[in-house]
Amino acid sequence: MALKGLDIFKLTPKTNCKDCGNPTCMAFAMKVAQGAIELGKCPHLSEEAKTQLGDAAAPPMKKIEIGKGEDKFTLGGETVLFRHDKTFVSKNLFAVAVCEDSIDKKLPDVRRVDYDRLGERMYVEFLNVIDKGDADKFADTAKKAAAEGRGVILETADAAAAEKALAVAGDRVILNGANAANYERFAEIAGERAALGVSGKTLDELYDTVAALEKLGFKNLILDVTGETVKDTFAAAVQARRAALKDNDRTFGYPSIVNLHKLAKGEAHLQTALASVFTLKYGSIIIMSEMEYAQALPLYGLRQNIYTDPQKPMKVEPGIYPIGGADENSICVTTVDFALTYFVVSGELERSGVPLNLLISDAGGYSVLTAWAAGKLSAGSIAKFMKDFDIEGKIKSRTLVIPGKVAVLKGEIEEKLAGWKVVVAPNEAVELVKFFREFKS
Amino acid sequence: MPFKPVPQKFNAKINSLTVGTGDRTATLGGESSYPFYGFDAPIENRPKIGVEISDIGADNSLPGIAEYYKGCSTLPELAKRASEMPGADFLAISLDGAHPDNGDRSVEDTTALVKEAAAAVDIPIVIEGCRNIEKDAKLFEKIAEALDGRNVLFLSAREENYKSVSAAAAMAYSQKIGAESAVDINLAKQLNVLISQMGVKTESVAMNLGSAAAGYGFEYVATTFDRVKSAALAQNDNMLQMPIVTPVASETWTVKESIVSEADFPEWGPAEERGVNMEIATASACLAAGSNAVILRHPESVAAVSKLIAELI
Repeated sequence: MALKGLDIFKLTPKTNCKDCGNPTCMAFAMKVAQGAIELGKCPHLSEEAKTQLGDAAAPPMKKIEIGKGEDKFTLGGETVLFRHDKTFVSKNLFAVAVCEDSIDKKLPDVRRVDYDRLGERMYVEFLNVIDKGDADKFADTAKKAAAEGRGVILETADAAAAEKALAVAGDRVILNGANAANYERFAEIAGERAALGVSGKTLDELYDTVAALEKLGFKNLILDVTGETVKDTFAAAVQARRAALKDNDRTFGYPSIVNLHKLAKGEAHLQTALASVFTLKYGSIIIMSEMEYAQALPLYGLRQNIYTDPQKPMKVEPGIYPIGGADENSICVTTVDFALTYFVVSGELERSGVPLNLLISDAGGYSVLTAWAAGKLSAGSIAKFMKDFDIEGKIKSRTLVIPGKVAVLKGEIEEKLAGWKVVVAPNEAVELVKFFREFKS
Repeated sequence: MPFKPVPQKFNAKINSLTVGTGDRTATLGGESSYPFYGFDAPIENRPKIGVEISDIGADNSLPGIAEYYKGCSTLPELAKRASEMPGADFLAISLDGAHPDNGDRSVEDTTALVKEAAAAVDIPIVIEGCRNIEKDAKLFEKIAEALDGRNVLFLSAREENYKSVSAAAAMAYSQKIGAESAVDINLAKQLNVLISQMGVKTESVAMNLGSAAAGYGFEYVATTFDRVKSAALAQNDNMLQMPIVTPVASETWTVKESIVSEADFPEWGPAEERGVNMEIATASACLAAGSNAVILRHPESVAAVSKLIAELI
């Protein structure tokens, strides 16, 4: 059961010593109850209090780290089922399935998808290596995969193959093969070296195996919820996550693996559809047969959206964004750094087919009207941006198009930017295509 | 100790709304669970797929579309071909050519054209309008009259024109209307209240809550849909229990990922394949978040999304 703040408060020293970083013991207790900080932050709790609170105050879903240091991957640690209740914390990661026969052919494609979107690196984080029955070839493939600078998932239920591959698979490994029959041996093999993927023929069997592993003291687990069918898999992913977060059943409080390579072998479009569904509903690692740019662009974009903290708007870096093959003679268009505004505006500008230099200035991540009302978008801020980024040195055109919603700034900007002609764009982004196609500077 | 799942039972359900008449109808909504949560309660009607065509013709710049509609030159021919697309549950006719900036075809001519197209098919019909508020109000009034008895869904009634759309389409000719708002639960509810105050039965109303392509602020879409479904089911809010219809294609086929040429972005590969994946990913996310129907364009997207629905139900 989740604890209330008051229950926790009763067991604190009540000295308001501030050693935990909070002004009072009450404040500390409330934050622990919300899951915002850990119980261990209080150095003065009695052992008795710790045992009493320990289990109950633990987060409902464990955070599993794959690897150590800066390049580790973090999965799980979610506290809500819907992002509007708070936020999702650990974005889902993508894997591509490979085996000894396909790895050489697939690697160049996997490497190709690697790009930046709003400061986030988008690439295939894991390679899922499949055991085809030959332990030596399996280990060789794992070794090749580990050399790619990604995490490795070892898909095998064979203990000998698992041991061999684990020895050469690098230090960011998930050993995915524990089941009701082999879990004791697999916990031993994984040890401190790897997180353990657990599966079951039914949700009941998965549940019992996880409980048995926890009894052995092994809690570095990931639930492979992939079932016989898509329907079963979706049901398992939702029910496991819901049991942990809504019904406080911590046995299912682990991240999940969804294997679309198994569920939709060879059907790339169905995989795109399923990956999209499992990004929203509770897949932590999604295994694909491949990841082409055509799939990556919408899937990584969707993931970035869903895992945005509702309290922190996404921002674009200020700077010059040339569109439609713009050069130094192309006219300038400016808008704010709120990511949604940037995407909508740049999309429409792209669609117009007219070469333009899109200038994004720092407006605090707000939309046009909000930024203007908050004083973050003004003639002064635009003039400062033009100077800081040496626009006059980089671009020869002296025409600047400003958002229709801040038409009122036109005169003031012209005063501050000598030699510039300021033009007011339409109010709505959808009108931009027509506006620029008919534009004469 | 076996796992004890706790099903989420709701004493509320999403309204059922049927479009079309005769042998071929499409019923949206009716479920009392979150999207695809068949393990909580049986799903009464699977989500539906609409195939969108435009009154200005097929987009022949996309080889897959050009191939599918090969030989069709008129709107009735396009409508007939679209209605035969595997996976199509209804036809969505977009009246782009009636927009004042895009040819401004008259209300009379457009109505005659739509009437002719409707006569060529027996599939349920959704009329998407031209997205100009004044023109749509006039168009819907005439088309509602011309398609009397076909039980058509009009997308959309908006804050600015809901009175005339409600009066003409829903009340005078008993057609169905969609209430359109821009990705905001409060605006959606307010419009539903206003429309019901006009005397339109809530069972005749669907919601178009707006959308966005994957990567383009889809978090607002997902969250709005989540909150609407939660209010409808958990709080039994009957002003948010209308089924959700989401035009997806119009959002996804205009974003950069779908349109820039392979020549400009060689590593991205062919534009059409990118557009198809963008359409599939966005539609699938809409369905997972709560759309009872999605409107798509490309035959390959329709095939994939219809497979997805079949697999999940």
